[in-house]
Amino acid sequence: MGTYVPDTQGEQREMLGACGFRDFGDMYAKAGIPEKLMLRTLPGIPEGMSEMEVGRRMEGLARKNRVYGAVFRGAGAYRHYIPAIVGEVCGKEEFRTAYTPYQAELSQGLLQSIFEYQTDICELTGMAASNAGVYDGATAAAEACEMCRDKKRRRVLISAAVDPKTASVVRTYAFGRDAETVTVPERDGVTDQDALEKLIGEDTACVLIQQPNFFGCEEDTARAAEIAHRAGAKAVVICNPISLAVMKTPGEAGADVAVGEGQPLGIPLSFGGPYLGFMAADEKMMRRLPGRIVGETTDMNGERCYVLTMQAREQHIRREKASSNICSNEALCALTASVYLSVMGPEGLKKVALSCRAKAHYLRERLAEAGLEKVHVRPFFHEFVMKAPDEGKVRAILGALDREDILGGLPLGDGKMLWCATETEPRGSMDRAAAVVKEVLAR
Amino acid sequence: MKTIFEESVPGRKTDYIPEPDVPAAPADLAPRERKLRLPEVSEVQADRHYTALAKETRGVNGGFYPLGSCTMKYNPPAAERAAALPGFTGVHPLQEDGTVQGCLEVMTLTEKMLAEITGMDFITLQPAAGAHGEFTGLLLIKAWHRAAGEGQRTKILVPDSAHGTNPASAAMAGFEVVNIPSDENGCVDTAELKKRAGPDTAGLMLTNPNTVGLFDPNIEEITRIVHDAGGLNYYDGANLNAIMGVVRPGDMGFDVVHLNLHKTFAAPHGGGGPGSGPVGCKAFLADFLPGTRISEEDGGLCRREAPARVGDVRSFGSNFLVVVKALAYILSIGREGVRETAAGAVLNANYLMHRLRDAYPMAFDVPCMHEFVMTLEKLKEETGVSALDIAKGLIDRGIHPPTMYFPLIVHEALMAEPTETETRETLDEAAEAFLEVLEDAKAHPEEAHLKPLTTRIRRPDEVKAARKPVIRYDLPD
Repeated sequence: MGTYVPDTQGEQREMLGACGFRDFGDMYAKAGIPEKLMLRTLPGIPEGMSEMEVGRRMEGLARKNRVYGAVFRGAGAYRHYIPAIVGEVCGKEEFRTAYTPYQAELSQGLLQSIFEYQTDICELTGMAASNAGVYDGATAAAEACEMCRDKKRRRVLISAAVDPKTASVVRTYAFGRDAETVTVPERDGVTDQDALEKLIGEDTACVLIQQPNFFGCEEDTARAAEIAHRAGAKAVVICNPISLAVMKTPGEAGADVAVGEGQPLGIPLSFGGPYLGFMAADEKMMRRLPGRIVGETTDMNGERCYVLTMQAREQHIRREKASSNICSNEALCALTASVYLSVMGPEGLKKVALSCRAKAHYLRERLAEAGLEKVHVRPFFHEFVMKAPDEGKVRAILGALDREDILGGLPLGDGKMLWCATETEPRGSMDRAAAVVKEVLAR
Repeated sequence: MKTIFEESVPGRKTDYIPEPDVPAAPADLAPRERKLRLPEVSEVQADRHYTALAKETRGVNGGFYPLGSCTMKYNPPAAERAAALPGFTGVHPLQEDGTVQGCLEVMTLTEKMLAEITGMDFITLQPAAGAHGEFTGLLLIKAWHRAAGEGQRTKILVPDSAHGTNPASAAMAGFEVVNIPSDENGCVDTAELKKRAGPDTAGLMLTNPNTVGLFDPNIEEITRIVHDAGGLNYYDGANLNAIMGVVRPGDMGFDVVHLNLHKTFAAPHGGGGPGSGPVGCKAFLADFLPGTRISEEDGGLCRREAPARVGDVRSFGSNFLVVVKALAYILSIGREGVRETAAGAVLNANYLMHRLRDAYPMAFDVPCMHEFVMTLEKLKEETGVSALDIAKGLIDRGIHPPTMYFPLIVHEALMAEPTETETRETLDEAAEAFLEVLEDAKAHPEEAHLKPLTTRIRRPDEVKAARKPVIRYDLPD
């Protein structure tokens, strides 16, 4: 019923006539569609609905989901406070409905916003060059591995402390390239760097390490980079963008490529997407970055302006020789991240990072008092692993928390749970969570 | 226009979160030592800055946007509203299945309808964009052949008219690309195809209608040739807007397809994303689909990993909010609306082509599908005026130029795709503008190279930008 075809049937009849078509059937026949392929109808699609009815239907579906008051689960998707202005800016119809800025004269605003985003990412990561964004952190890691490969070096070493979802995507992309991946074991919650030294070789393209890692622990990224470089390989650091306000940057650690998930920068949880992968590299690797990149230049009058640049890497020019097939840069998500960083500023971002740390440390202590066991005793950012006596207790804890409108830590199996706390959690909700856990463990 | 960094004043900020109500954590992490030089602006400055940037950005709301191959149709705000519901935005992807029944239902409903439209048996919503979907679909083909002991099938056949992502995706999936020439009608040369299809063929990638806007009349023969050689057929769904509800790739001999929710299903382009590129396949390939499968168990929906799956192409299950928008759109237009959309798209393209064909040489002077290609090769030879010059001239008339220099098989190409959401009077006005720009360029060729005249920035130096890339703002220490 709702349709976005504006012309009336009468107008369409006139237009058909102007083209020399008797009717739509004649139009399709003349356009070469064989009669026998043409469908009569689409039984599996319901009849169209008015906007009001569609709205009701969608609201009904949304109501079937639980949106928790307190969220203590991260594992790659984090609930942070999103300033109102972020939604306001990114809702502007020009940004929302524009196409990729191939026509620079009509897109200076969009191009400049990407240039600013690229600058933000370089600043955060401490690297020299950034692209305009890719699909998510995991695909960014996979693309980074390909950046590091050459004819001789194709194997990728992935730390077991990297998010398993990221590792899965890296392996899937490696299947595409017929390249090998090897897991570097973890020990006590961090990458076993002694094992790394033994595993790395002349055929290693890069080492993939995450900071903070999947268990929330701080890695010695400088040492991993040093090991990689001594073996002639590259170091790819997957980093959390909020943590970069206070933790040693991949640039400072000597990484060749820094990637990560940009979702914490103003993008809501959204059941997993759309998110944003950021990619930054040192000067040497700049031309190996995949995807879109915006550069500064001047126009015919010498005015400063921006254009898509280094397009010779990309699919529309190089085709099968392109560095990647990627076309999209998750532009609206990159804009979201850039607006978030603009209004947060260095002090704001630092405040978020320190608040996350403070809350997470507080939660860990309260959970330990409640009877859960600390698993790794190491410096951590805002996530940590705790252990319950058995899986039955884990389920009971999560059920009890659920009844209190709390999303508890992610079960990892074997009684372990990965907990997270961000700046959004008031002290009271952490106290309540600990009280619930205490009660369940005491049963 | 200043960059946000040039608007910074040290000390400017806004407080968005309170001080933590718990003690600080121990300072036991290796600290960031490098200064963090993010912008320092007040919120009012940020608001004005982005308003100024929006003013210099062209959205579909700003006027006719006939970019061929991009399907710049109207993006309904009703879909935006649905995607902004807190019951969708506030859900963590790793919540238990029982707490996300609404999300899982959104996904299964969308999967069902996309399967119906494409004539496929199963759908994955995991890929984040069309190119991502291509890569995923090719991985399915690769896994299938490997499992069947046919690992020697290392070649993918791609028409020379194909979008650049096709060969790029094939390379990413570890295949060698074999180019199939187009015949003089712009369609696949079936004789050449027969020559190249053989025991080393993994598959064919094709879009139909193709990139010159024509429905390939030999489509069933083409897919049969590939099947007979033991290969599979991949359908690039970028041009689905022309045929949805009218013909189905699954009925034309295709085994795998990808769709672009941000083209055909009216989710906005966002200036370059986020999109969503679901992949559909016939039942025999379903075991290899990435990510999780949603199935019904004990009266509820749940996510299960398929053991033989090819892996994962992103961390989580889908670009979910984009899927929400597409679902809202399909529910809105419904069964008849799907067909009306395609019919309207094809009619509008033919109508605009009809208005232009006396002045603009058409690459193929036959009825088109949803888009058509003009060639300015002769104009270039005779006057030196190029497709680029005409495109820039259109900017002065308030029209976003059509796609330039694509597909590669047409010289000095301009590809226009009006879409079904444009009114007749918009098309009439656009036709007038196209005709006047051409007239003007023929009469004053030297001036054509100086267009556009009315924009703040004119003919940026792309050579300089590529030779000495400056890709971030030079921040003072």
